[in-house]
Amino acid sequence: MNWIGWLYFPARLAWRQLVFDRTKLVAAICGVLFACVLVFMQLGFKDSLYASAASAPVKLDGDLFLMHKQSEAMWRPVRFKRSELMRVLGNPAVMEAYPLYLGLAPLKNIQTQVKRTLMVYGFDPDSLIFNVDAVKNKHTELRLKDTVLFDEYSRPEFGPMRQLLDAGENVTEINDYKITIIGLFQLGVSFAADGNVITSDLNFMRIFPRRNLDDIDMGVIRLNSGASVERTQAELKSHLNEFVNVFTYEELLHYEKDYWANAAPIGFIFGFGTVMGWVVGLVIVYQILFTDIVNHRNEFATLKAMGYEHGYFVRVVFASSFFLAVLGFIPGYLLSLGLYNLAESQMYMPMPMLISKIITVFMFILSMCFMAGLLAIRKLKDANPADMF
Amino acid sequence: MPNVIEVDHLNFSFGSGALTQPVLKDVTISIEKGEIVLITGPSGSGKTTFLTIIGGLRQAFHGSVKVLGHQFVNSNEQIKVKTRQQIGYIFQQHNLLKSLTALQNVCMALEINAMITEQQRCNRAAEMLIAVGLGDRLDYRPDQLSGGQRQRASIARALVGQPKIILADEPTASLDKQSGYEAVNLLKRLAKESHTTILLVTHDYRILDIADRVVEIEDGMIKQE
Repeated sequence: MNWIGWLYFPARLAWRQLVFDRTKLVAAICGVLFACVLVFMQLGFKDSLYASAASAPVKLDGDLFLMHKQSEAMWRPVRFKRSELMRVLGNPAVMEAYPLYLGLAPLKNIQTQVKRTLMVYGFDPDSLIFNVDAVKNKHTELRLKDTVLFDEYSRPEFGPMRQLLDAGENVTEINDYKITIIGLFQLGVSFAADGNVITSDLNFMRIFPRRNLDDIDMGVIRLNSGASVERTQAELKSHLNEFVNVFTYEELLHYEKDYWANAAPIGFIFGFGTVMGWVVGLVIVYQILFTDIVNHRNEFATLKAMGYEHGYFVRVVFASSFFLAVLGFIPGYLLSLGLYNLAESQMYMPMPMLISKIITVFMFILSMCFMAGLLAIRKLKDANPADMF
Repeated sequence: MPNVIEVDHLNFSFGSGALTQPVLKDVTISIEKGEIVLITGPSGSGKTTFLTIIGGLRQAFHGSVKVLGHQFVNSNEQIKVKTRQQIGYIFQQHNLLKSLTALQNVCMALEINAMITEQQRCNRAAEMLIAVGLGDRLDYRPDQLSGGQRQRASIARALVGQPKIILADEPTASLDKQSGYEAVNLLKRLAKESHTTILLVTHDYRILDIADRVVEIEDGMIKQE
């Protein structure tokens, strides 16, 4: 038997058996679709979480970053002395170093007066450490007293800021301190903060009266062009006090993601959800394949008597599971695509449908269906032609 | 005429140890090519077990069973699977695949052999269905056929591969007298045309007249010939 027949005939039989019983086929497809959507959404939320968690550090324009060793993540920093940051200027490779101040504070919705917490970033506007054009363009205006820039991608609960600004309503309160919103920029929400505001270091101290310029949350370091990032990092590590971490850009992103993945249980929750989707889908597909084998036991035994080998039926079962995987994945993908768009438009979370994610989920679904097939083929042993007579 | 089936001092028992239940005792029989042999006997006499051993579906350990020149006693599965492909089976139940049409069901018997094209397979299957009188039912599924038509379709499936031996177990048991008789006569006619050997187990005394030879088994022994 040539190899086309080896695979084609059992696949054709599997296909004919699947389409013969429409009700069961629909049930099986729904099972796979359910698992598919569940996995897509879990992975989507997880990736979105990581992406948004790292959205702030992604925009920071620096080569090395200082953080207190006790800082779990950027959104809950432990402060350290500005003088510690300034010590890095002693290294000849360092061009400049700027402090970054971070704080969570409630912003009053201009329309409803409801207060909601957001993240406030404070830094020297002329340092241009925030690599967003809308922020860079406003650096002179930001130096004015009591001015802030508002993140347009913040949750809508803060109010329709663009319309309000166009209408000239730009005065509100952060931390019960009156400020003026002089413009918008785009960053995006994270699990830590529903919105973001950028202001100057001096305005930051006015919004947070108990803070002072000497206690900083992060340090952003720029090196001279041509200087080695790794070598400078090593030098700074040996030079500075033990309580600060010196991160490269990638390490900072990694540190932030790691926090959400491991320290916060969120990474585990989504991972767990993904596995549950896999298991539920597995059980459904297994049930379908299993009852299929039981129902066809006599027919299979007859075919065995006619000289079909055991392997033929194994291929029939695996072909069935492959078809179910594909048939369930296609509507599952389309539904997930819709849900992704819904999440982006309604929840303001970045949920891109990447090719790599599509492939990952398909492989996931395929492995689920093959696993179900693997469990179901044990039942084939029951198809014993000697019992037929 | 050469013997296609030669059974020599075959002993077979179910169970082991103290529970050993002998089913076949010292069975010796030879069947020639083209012969139609009916095996009758009361229930539990071992006739079906005998058929499954001839068909290579059950492993025997004592004596000698040669089918188409292959020794089945203490043989490996590979030889039996190969030999089974030259044997046609007809069961008490039709055992047609519910999801396939009559034509596709008959084609299944030919798909083991991928040497011929799909077209040839369909042609041969259609010819065989026409020969059993189902020419106008090619695209009907089993649940759209009557009991007699289903059994005829399964006869077509057994014969289409041009097997050297047909093994049938109570093929008329689930049919009324008329369609049972028709089905068996059809089987006889087609078998005689192609010199196919038939070994048929039955209780049905109405069909004894189709046989060249009737063998009666009682308590695992051949009673008379």
